Amino acid sequence: MPLSLYLNVAVGGVLTGLVYGLMALGLSVIFGVVRVVNFAHGEMMTIAMYIAVVLFAAFKLDPLVMLVPIAAVLFALGYALQAGLINPFINRPEHSQFILMVAVALIIVNVLLIAFGPDAHSVQTSYAFDSYEVGPVIIDAPKLYAAAGAVIVAALLFAFFRGTRIGQAIRACADNYTGALVVGLNVKRLYALTFGIGAACVGAAGCMLVVINDVSPAVGPAYTLLAFVIVITGGLGSLPGALLGGVLIGLTEAMAGVFFTPSAKSMFAFAILVIVLLLRPQGLLGKRA
Amino acid sequence: MTRQVDALQAKPAPLGRSRFLSTLNLANIPRRGLILLAVLLALLIAAPAFTSDYLLSILILILYFAYTGQAWNVMMGFAGQLSLGHALYVGIGAYMTAALFIHFGTPPWIGLLVSVPIAMAAGAVIGFLAFRFRVAGTYFAILTIAFAEFARIGFDHWDWVGASSGLFLPVATYTQNDLWHLRGRPIMFYYLILAMTVLAFLLCRWLLGSRLGYFWQAVREDEDAARAVGIATFRTKMAAVVISAGLTSFAGMFYAFYYNNLFGEQVFSIGRSIEIILGPLIGGVGTLFGPVLGAFLLTGLAETLTEILGLIGVDLPGAKQVFYGFCLLLVVMVMPEGVWPWVARKLGLETRQ
Repeated sequence: MPLSLYLNVAVGGVLTGLVYGLMALGLSVIFGVVRVVNFAHGEMMTIAMYIAVVLFAAFKLDPLVMLVPIAAVLFALGYALQAGLINPFINRPEHSQFILMVAVALIIVNVLLIAFGPDAHSVQTSYAFDSYEVGPVIIDAPKLYAAAGAVIVAALLFAFFRGTRIGQAIRACADNYTGALVVGLNVKRLYALTFGIGAACVGAAGCMLVVINDVSPAVGPAYTLLAFVIVITGGLGSLPGALLGGVLIGLTEAMAGVFFTPSAKSMFAFAILVIVLLLRPQGLLGKRA
Repeated sequence: MTRQVDALQAKPAPLGRSRFLSTLNLANIPRRGLILLAVLLALLIAAPAFTSDYLLSILILILYFAYTGQAWNVMMGFAGQLSLGHALYVGIGAYMTAALFIHFGTPPWIGLLVSVPIAMAAGAVIGFLAFRFRVAGTYFAILTIAFAEFARIGFDHWDWVGASSGLFLPVATYTQNDLWHLRGRPIMFYYLILAMTVLAFLLCRWLLGSRLGYFWQAVREDEDAARAVGIATFRTKMAAVVISAGLTSFAGMFYAFYYNNLFGEQVFSIGRSIEIILGPLIGGVGTLFGPVLGAFLLTGLAETLTEILGLIGVDLPGAKQVFYGFCLLLVVMVMPEGVWPWVARKLGLETRQ
């Protein structure tokens, strides 16, 4: 009996972890190309989650259906943020960029706090309590749908970077900033596009996460930290690494919730971060600098 | 890149036996600066005589942020190591002195003998792990957050310090001020934090002009070059983290005994760490007056804003933080060096470019 319980929790952790992975993918894309650490990443996701909550409350629109428009809104937000605010900071010292993003994060959290109050909001979909039984394992339907969505979006992202000319141009910027300028790429515009894509990823992840978790303004910073933990664990700039890191952290948190207490689960995520930073600072799938 | 360190920074001290005194030698400060400094100090000393209790509580808050900002500045401003987890050291200082006082009646000044070394050890562990394994820049900042978060969750589950239900110091209506046990009226805490801020300022001024201070600035400007000229960068950076952690934990004792309640969820939160760094960032990282000026500007303006909002009957819990955010945004965009270097130029206090 306990074995199947652990198996259920593990499967749930992996599915949640895939959504975490998509969130972290956005961070990794932004860092890999623009070389700016988006310290407002989780906060941007809470914006998407609140949009989903409001749309659901007003029009009963399912967050998973609204995924594309919400991701588009986040894309616009990310594009504007990079074009208006971050591009002038590209050649500034690292801590200067970092502090810029801290300011953005501070504003987002507290504007959401003023707008929606400190209480948690959630979306009660019709399938919230559905589940599938596969042998001994019971899988929650919302988690399954969310994870499937995350995998699809991630696959599209890989295809975009491999197959399209814009994707290749963005990769060129990431490989060699000066080289990209020399061959005539509009690097600042591509940076803005990249930031938009990263924001769209986290917007999509927010739509999926809101189906399985509550949202309150305070979770923004927590998700930012989680995204950092995942991305550093997987390897900053490595896209498969972000997904792998997400699954690993999702699984760890889920198991820690069973063996210890759910409120202490992020301690284990941080423990993994510290271990990875010390033993393999480039991350599990990262390239050595 | 040569960054102006501080308008009032000491010139290298002449070699001699009273090195400490000679670096505090006030002769190399412009006269106008000395007068301003004296007036400011006199005003702060006299302030309780003509301020209300409410204003006194705000002055305490300002000085608290001036002190913690100064302590953080040692690490980031002097040595260039960005810490976003300084709430960790405040929390350790607060929890250890408070818990010893509650469980054993240990006077806080004795409790410091336990709390400060623990905070310094925590700083040493973080510094050792980071600098040994070449965790630098953003990664280092995230590592400091990770440790603060670790402590936040840990203290929230640790029964000896009250876990999530909080740790409370016994409170009574005090007619007398007991400085030894830090039980008394706000005016005692005001003079305590004023003294701490002045001492921290003098200590930082001395440190900045010391041999170690020059090593720090060398590491901050170009670590490879510093190593190339023979500076032991590992030890230099370790000294910055440990000194900064120890100084910050003093503020923890003040925090615990002034507010009388501690909740791990709040004390160690990332928001608290960010509050600490806002003052020096806005005032001017790496300058001596930056943290003080930043604390006055930020807390002063934020409290005024709260007052105004209160007067027109608006109660917005996040308004102050949104204001902080915009201040930070504005300063980082328009005055990346902070407000103090600009003020110093306006006041004609600049001694060198």
